[in-house]
This record gives sequence, structure tokens and C-alpha cells, in this order.
Amino acid sequence: MKSIKLILLFIGITLTAFAEIPERPNPPRLVNDFANVLSRNEYNQLEGTLEQFARETSTQIVVVTVKDLEGYDPGDYAFRLGENWGVGQKGNDNGIIILLKPKEADSNGQIFVATGYGLEGVLPDAVVNSTVVDNEMIPHFKENNYYKGLASGIKVIMDITRGEYSAQEYQEYYAQNRGGGIPVLFFIILFFVVLPILRGRRRRFYSPGRSLPFWVAMGMMSGGNSHRGSFNNFSSGGGSFGGGGFGGFGGGSFGGGGAGGSW
Amino acid sequence: MKRLFVVLLAVVSAFLFSSCGYNKMVELDEQVASSWSQVENVYQRRADLIPNLVNTVKGYAAHEQETLEGVIEARSKATSVNVNPENLNPQALQQFTQAQEGLSSALGRLMVVVERYPDLKANQNFRDLQAQLEGTENRIAVERRKFNETTQSYNAYIRKFPRVIYAGWFGFDKKTYFEAQQGAEQAPEVQF
Repeated sequence: MKSIKLILLFIGITLTAFAEIPERPNPPRLVNDFANVLSRNEYNQLEGTLEQFARETSTQIVVVTVKDLEGYDPGDYAFRLGENWGVGQKGNDNGIIILLKPKEADSNGQIFVATGYGLEGVLPDAVVNSTVVDNEMIPHFKENNYYKGLASGIKVIMDITRGEYSAQEYQEYYAQNRGGGIPVLFFIILFFVVLPILRGRRRRFYSPGRSLPFWVAMGMMSGGNSHRGSFNNFSSGGGSFGGGGFGGFGGGSFGGGGAGGSW
Repeated sequence: MKRLFVVLLAVVSAFLFSSCGYNKMVELDEQVASSWSQVENVYQRRADLIPNLVNTVKGYAAHEQETLEGVIEARSKATSVNVNPENLNPQALQQFTQAQEGLSSALGRLMVVVERYPDLKANQNFRDLQAQLEGTENRIAVERRKFNETTQSYNAYIRKFPRVIYAGWFGFDKKTYFEAQQGAEQAPEVQF
């Protein structure tokens, strides 16, 4: 009996320890809209842009919106969160956390952009403060347009950091699917050309086959196909697509860089 | 006979390879030293910002001589106190913290004075410096926290059984933490 109590207590402790800062999302996502300020469409758009950028440059920009900062200073919250989740690649520490607390009737809106150790050089605090936060984000936030503010701030950040970590990192992390363009192209062709044809045909000829799993059907399709090689190539690349579309968080570290503001 | 030999060999090699946590202690000790140097690094960064800040403020608020001199003096005091990670004892750490806190409060006074000069506050150069200074304070907070974390894992490691018995023989002693600033527990008084 006593041991059960002890176990319950232990679980309680671990739960409260995690309740302070949101846990790392699983599967990893770059846009984490805990405060629900983005519509479905805006979310998809932002997530797509950021994943694309993370694939190209290995720099991970994470957007987190929260309803409550749990009493933390916005900067402190962002650094802890970045460190816990391991945003950015280990060794390069090229992660960025954009933490947004929307304005409520009884509290100010808060924004903080935290830069990982590796990006402090290219994105100094003064630039984050004036260019990104003051010029791009807060004017839109004041009009309650969170998506516009985030998107235009992110665009500036991407333009500035694009050169910092590029092809080399990209190649290291995606070495296994070299010539990544081919699988992507193949994927597009499959999805928009082959699949509609296949579906159309299936519907006409053997409708019971609709219960056939997608991948089995694909395998059957490519079975006698001369493009088999590139199909295999694609499916091996699929692993990293499945892992959140950007390969997961890499264990980057934050040292207190960045700036924020409120409105 | 042969069996006994094998058992003996296993026991001896287990001792040799495990190193009784000595290597781990060295590793943790090095981690504490490196996070300490990070702490000094960010404090140095703050000190480096000050000449530029003082010059900018001087251009707009030349007759705040006293406050500006206070900052410069506190800066030179703060940069003169350095602590070698090998002798991170409570006294040395306290001396270091005190000197840095002196600089913090001198800077705080300067920022209050600055409020009286709207032209200065609108100056882009000054605003950049202010952002940098805030960023440096953030970095100081982060590195202090990281130092405390690595120190904590080092202390916990050397004080656990069985290492608590022999850690001291090799000179692995408990290290001190950063403590919250004195007076930080009382909210500052605001006067208008």
C-alpha cells in the first residue's frame, strides 16, 4: 500500500516537473500553436515554409504560442524550451525559438525571439530587436494579425540566416537520400499524376481493391516498372519525411541570445 | 586452476576498466570549469559594451558626469576580479558576484537617468546598445543557471557512495553554487 502511494507521488512529481514547459512535440513539429491563434490553413502554410527551410539549411525555426508563461520571463521561457527540445543541430546550435503570448484582456502580449548559440553572430540581439520584433512583428500583432506578424518576421530571419548554415549541413544530414530532388519530383509525379490515374482506374475496374493499402498498391504498380530503382530511393527517403518533415530536433543549445518585446 | 585464473582476470580487468568513476569525475570537473569560463565570458561581454554605451550617453547627457563615472569605476572593479575555476571557493565566488552586482546597480542607475533624455532614447545607436545590454543580461542569467546545473551534477556525483569515500583523495571537492543576488528577494521600491 505504501509503495503504491510512493509510486503515485513519484508520478505526480514527474508530471508537475513537465507541466511547466510544454514537452517536445511528438512527432516533432516546427509550429506549435498551443494558444490557438492560427487557423488550420495558416498553420499548414507556416509549417510548410519552416520545414522546407530546415531541410535546406538545417537551421530550425520553431514557433511556439502559449496562453500563459507560467510566471517565467519570456526570454527565460524561450531558452529553457529551446534547450529542452534541443532545437537546432548539435554542435552548430542553429535553432531559433519564436515565443508568442497573445494579448489578452488582462495581460500584455509578449513576443520573444531566442537565437541559438550558433546564430548569435549572424543574428545579433540588436537586429532581432529592431528589425524583426519592432518593425515586422509587433505592428501586425497590434492589429491582432498573428499570422502576418509571424510570417513576415520569419521571412526576415530566413533571409538573414540563409547563408550561415547551408549546403554542407544539408548534405551531412540528408546524405542518405542524395539527389533529394529526384525523390521529391517522383513524389509529386506519383501524387498528382500516377495516383489519380490509379484511383480512377481502380474505381472503374475493381472497386473492392480500394481497401488495398496505399503502399501495397504502389508496390504493385512499380513492380514491373523500369523506374524501380528510383522508387526504392524514394521510399528510403520516406523515413525522414515521416519524422516530422525536417528530420527531428537535433539537440541544439541556447545561451541567452535574442530579443523580445511586448504590446 | 584455469577457471580460477579467468575469474581473477575478470575481476582485475573490471577494476582497471571501471576506474571507479575517476574518469567521470574528471569529466564532470572539466564541465564545471568550462561552464565557469562561459560565465566569465558573458560578464566580460557586458563589460565590453560599457565604453560604447558611456560614450553614446555622454553625447546627449554630458552633465550626468557622476553617474557615468560611477559606471566606469564599477566596470573596472568588476573586470579586475577574476576567479580561476580551480579555486572556486565560496569567498572567491562571493567577491566576484559582489563586483558584478556593483556594476549591475551602476548600470541600473544610468538607465534611470537616461529616462530624462527623450532624444537619447530615440537614438538608434542607443537603442541597439540597450538591446545588446538586455541580451547580455539574459546570457548572464542563462550561463549562471547552466553553471549551477553542471555544478549540481558534479557535486551529486562525487558525494554519492562509494565515491564519497575516495573523491577527496584526488582533490575532488564540493563546489559552490551561484546564489540569488542579495536583496533580490525584496521587490524594489518605486518612487515617483
